[in-house]
Amino acid sequence: MKTKLVACLSVAVGALMGVSAEAKTLRWSSPTDITTLDPYAHTESFTTSMLHHVFDPLVRRNRNLELEPALAVSWKNVAPDTWRFELRKGVKFHNGDAFTADDVVASFDRLLDPTSRARGNVATIVKAVKVDDYTVDIMTQGPYPLLLNDLAGVYIMDKKWMQANNALKPGNIATGVTTAASTTAVGTGPFKIESYKPDAGTNFVVNTDWWDKPQHNLTRIEFKPVKSDATRVAALLSGELDLIAPAPLQDLQRISAAPGFKVVEEPSLRLIMLTVPFRPELKAMPGQKNPMLDLKVRQAMWHAIDFEAIKKRVMRDKSRNTGTLVAPPVPGYSKDNDQPFGYDPEKAKKLLAEAGYPNGFKTKLNCPNDRYINDEQTCVAIASMWTKVGIQTDLQTESRATYFPRQDRFEFDVSMVGWATLPPMDGFSVLASLLAEQKEGYGGSNSGGLANPQIDALTRKAAVEMDETKRRAMLVETLKIARDSVAYIPIHQQPLAWAVRDGVDVPQFADEYVRLWFANVK
Amino acid sequence: MLKVLLSRLGQAALVMLVVSAVSFVMFRYVGDPVASMARENASVEEKAELRRTLGIDQPVVVQYGRFLARTLSGDLGISFRNQRPVTQLIAERLPATLELVIIATILSLSLGIPLGVLCALKPNGVAARLVQALSLIGISTPTFVTGIVLILVFAVTLGWLPSFGRGQVVELGWWSTGFLTWSGLKSLLLPGITLALYQLTLIMRLVRAEMIDVLSSDYIRFAKARGLPTRYIHFRLALRNALMPVITVTGLQIGSLIAFAIITETVFQWPGMGLLFIQAVSFVDIPVMAAYLLFVGLLFVIINTVVDILYAVVDPRLRARSA
Amino acid sequence: MKTLASPGLITRIGAPISVLAAAALALIIVACALLASWIAPYDPTNLASFDLMNAELPPAFTADGDAHFLLGTDNQGRDLLSTMLYGARVSIMIGGGAVLVAATLGVMLGLLAGYFGGKVDALIMRIGDVILSFPTILLALLVSGVARAVFPGAATAEWAPIILICAIATNEWVQYARTVRAATMVETAKDYVRAAKVIGLPSRRIMLRHILPNVMSPVLVISTINLAAAVLTEATLSFLGVGMPPTYPSLGTLIRIGNEFVFSGIWWIALFPALALVILVLAVNIVGDWLRDRFNPKLRVKR
Repeated sequence: MKTKLVACLSVAVGALMGVSAEAKTLRWSSPTDITTLDPYAHTESFTTSMLHHVFDPLVRRNRNLELEPALAVSWKNVAPDTWRFELRKGVKFHNGDAFTADDVVASFDRLLDPTSRARGNVATIVKAVKVDDYTVDIMTQGPYPLLLNDLAGVYIMDKKWMQANNALKPGNIATGVTTAASTTAVGTGPFKIESYKPDAGTNFVVNTDWWDKPQHNLTRIEFKPVKSDATRVAALLSGELDLIAPAPLQDLQRISAAPGFKVVEEPSLRLIMLTVPFRPELKAMPGQKNPMLDLKVRQAMWHAIDFEAIKKRVMRDKSRNTGTLVAPPVPGYSKDNDQPFGYDPEKAKKLLAEAGYPNGFKTKLNCPNDRYINDEQTCVAIASMWTKVGIQTDLQTESRATYFPRQDRFEFDVSMVGWATLPPMDGFSVLASLLAEQKEGYGGSNSGGLANPQIDALTRKAAVEMDETKRRAMLVETLKIARDSVAYIPIHQQPLAWAVRDGVDVPQFADEYVRLWFANVK
Repeated sequence: MLKVLLSRLGQAALVMLVVSAVSFVMFRYVGDPVASMARENASVEEKAELRRTLGIDQPVVVQYGRFLARTLSGDLGISFRNQRPVTQLIAERLPATLELVIIATILSLSLGIPLGVLCALKPNGVAARLVQALSLIGISTPTFVTGIVLILVFAVTLGWLPSFGRGQVVELGWWSTGFLTWSGLKSLLLPGITLALYQLTLIMRLVRAEMIDVLSSDYIRFAKARGLPTRYIHFRLALRNALMPVITVTGLQIGSLIAFAIITETVFQWPGMGLLFIQAVSFVDIPVMAAYLLFVGLLFVIINTVVDILYAVVDPRLRARSA
Repeated sequence: MKTLASPGLITRIGAPISVLAAAALALIIVACALLASWIAPYDPTNLASFDLMNAELPPAFTADGDAHFLLGTDNQGRDLLSTMLYGARVSIMIGGGAVLVAATLGVMLGLLAGYFGGKVDALIMRIGDVILSFPTILLALLVSGVARAVFPGAATAEWAPIILICAIATNEWVQYARTVRAATMVETAKDYVRAAKVIGLPSRRIMLRHILPNVMSPVLVISTINLAAAVLTEATLSFLGVGMPPTYPSLGTLIRIGNEFVFSGIWWIALFPALALVILVLAVNIVGDWLRDRFNPKLRVKR
């Protein structure tokens, strides 16, 4: 009865607000859709970014992507493996329930349930324990330097609502388990979900009771997924949308030239690179020794690619060429590592000759055609450049749906991969997933079969190093080894380009998240 | 008669069994859902675990058996991508596609029949030649090109019509319709025209061929010889006879129109079954793909079986043969 | 008026100029495409022959054009004219291959179904129903998906054409089968076939020697029109990204690539291949259309 009254009142207040304050609606579109409203049922970065509008984590990233207090106001290490969090008081969920330590504990229990999909993102967290109504302890498996980074992705759900709706156990998009939380989101965040229709659109309305002072002036967000690039651009230009993210690179010039529209850009954290195969033979030359096991050949392959031309022609001067495997804002980056080998086809030919391949050799190059920005074009260019120095390249491109499983099954010689160090936004993820040998839970995406004992030892040391300066030095050292031994060939840092109509001010973030609680529209 | 009916229904059931097997087997091999769903930095063990929970580490026959049993009980599984029962998703998307198909059929019939008649009556007139030439250009232009050109002209350059989506829809029970709002009707126009163009030339050519055929038949010559008015001969006698096959073909074509809508729906981001299917393909959403194939297959089988049975009723010779 | 349109008169005066022109145009395009490796200024399939720095040059006749590249270059710096010639060759070979496979299969099965009737007929036509319940695009996904599962590398330049031919032909043979079956049923009921049966001629002989020649004219007409349709289908598949790879593009692949640049003022990459495709298909269609009127078979979808 009481909740009904509250609901009636809030509707009435909302209606009054609609009359008194000017309605500011943002209509926007992206190629992907929100997969589920259950934050623990998935691991997709787009859905995570959308749900951040509805839920708050204990700590969040601010406008400069630095970690700052959100539902937790302060924290300290009470033991090497125990962190104590003081919670914010006076916070209310969208349905009016008060936020307490019970909600945090219930959320972590739900997230850490063996059937939860997102559990892998917080593998080192053991449990959350209530100390009092506004204090919570979080235990980790031994010392863990990246806990706060992980917590920024853990959204807190309402225990009372979950109890009432039989949603204390998590859904899972992989196993097809759904709960009431899959289609209803009750959080503490800046916006509430008004309607959620997969593929047709999701509407958000502002949460006037949000605990934080809004930095946005929106009253409503209308989101429609539009997969086709051309259609999305057309809808923006014909005035049906206020924002498209991303905007196709080849259309940026036309959009900025159109009166009333502009393009906003930012370098993304995502680095695109080529995986080098370290297996005994290449698929392209069965029965022969893999030439790429020779460092000189790998150096030649790097020297043979004209990255400036790719940047200029394929990426329309929007990308940044790189020599290392992490982007500048990410811990582990160092200017010294970020030195690409120069484009030098003569030197490449010389190196090949020195390595015993004066007439080159054959390799396959595999790339996705719908995953990274202009991925297919980039690969055609690389295939052409390699062929010119004598590395006869057989290029095959395909959709991500078939590409990534094949990459996992090691069916490729050289292949393309992109890495944004998400969710922790830390260089350690490159070490753990791309560089370490594939064993003991490490090397999940090391599809080239790289196995370097030096790298493996450093990775295991960095995993438990709590001293940030020492830890970063280890990351830098490992990435230097990777660069000098040409473990991967970095191509470029992807740009992030959005297009808006005039009067829309939306800040961009290098992690490619859309954070509309910083958006203002005129 | 009952025997014919039963044998046709038996055949239809058999066909559906084959369709279900094909739809299952084919999508078992299109791609690996694990990659779409695994975390970016998932470990090998995690991926194997996921494969186990999805049941796709089982032998194919076991998977097919499960699939068939569930399908017969009306449970088509839960979409990997949308986290909703597939049956519910298809029911939700059906109105959008059917409304598009209805508009396209109305447009193509209302234009195709008069144009076809025109071409048949005055085959060498300027108008007929022009129409013939345009229709040839029409069938020679790929649908995606037509759609993109329409968007460029009417949405981007002129700004008259929306470039994507259904506009505002009204919910009538489980059916959501775009027929009742101005924006809904406007949104229907461009995709409707794009889809209709595919159907239009077919109908026009068919009407023309049938009319020419009928006009050269004996009883029309008789009618002429008897001095009946030309208008009466053309429209009451000839057109009426020519329309029968046109109606049949239009009916038979509804299935392919629904399937062909995949391209139109992709270009116009129309939230119908075709878009559902294409998105399911790129996400390797096996339950949705299998259900879509079953649905389209079922539709064809129903239409073909009904036509077969009707023919058997109408034409006793065929009845004798098929027994 | 009416007599003018009758087939007899057209036969006597031969094909109208427009049809002859279309036939000539179609032949020229086909000849140019088939001779692409001799007449094209560059070899776009040789990865070492083009330079990314030449990318997106406008056609030679525009202000910024480069005389080396008559129709400009594509996004990789390939000469567009050469790429189109090679692309048209791919399109025509796939379309022609698909028609050949579909016609052979369809005529054989149609003859069997129409001649024997009964269970053979039911089986073949039901298989046809199953096939037709999958639109060509779905079928292409099926064939390429299964092919990829069976052997990796199915999407490469060597295998993609074969897979496309199979994908298109799997769907199109049904149309031949249905038409030939209907015609065969009519012929089988005629006195001469009955007579042949009575004197004990073997079925194969009756079908091939007596029935086949009488049902060939609709097959010819369907083939011409199907060639146009097959080329279009290949283009659609390549446009959707399940067709030819960008390193060995067909006209459809070129349009797909070009389409991404239409909004940005680089119109030639999409326009010229689209024009070439439409002109080729149109020319073939004009010929097919005339053939259809010439032979006036009842090309109905109904059975």
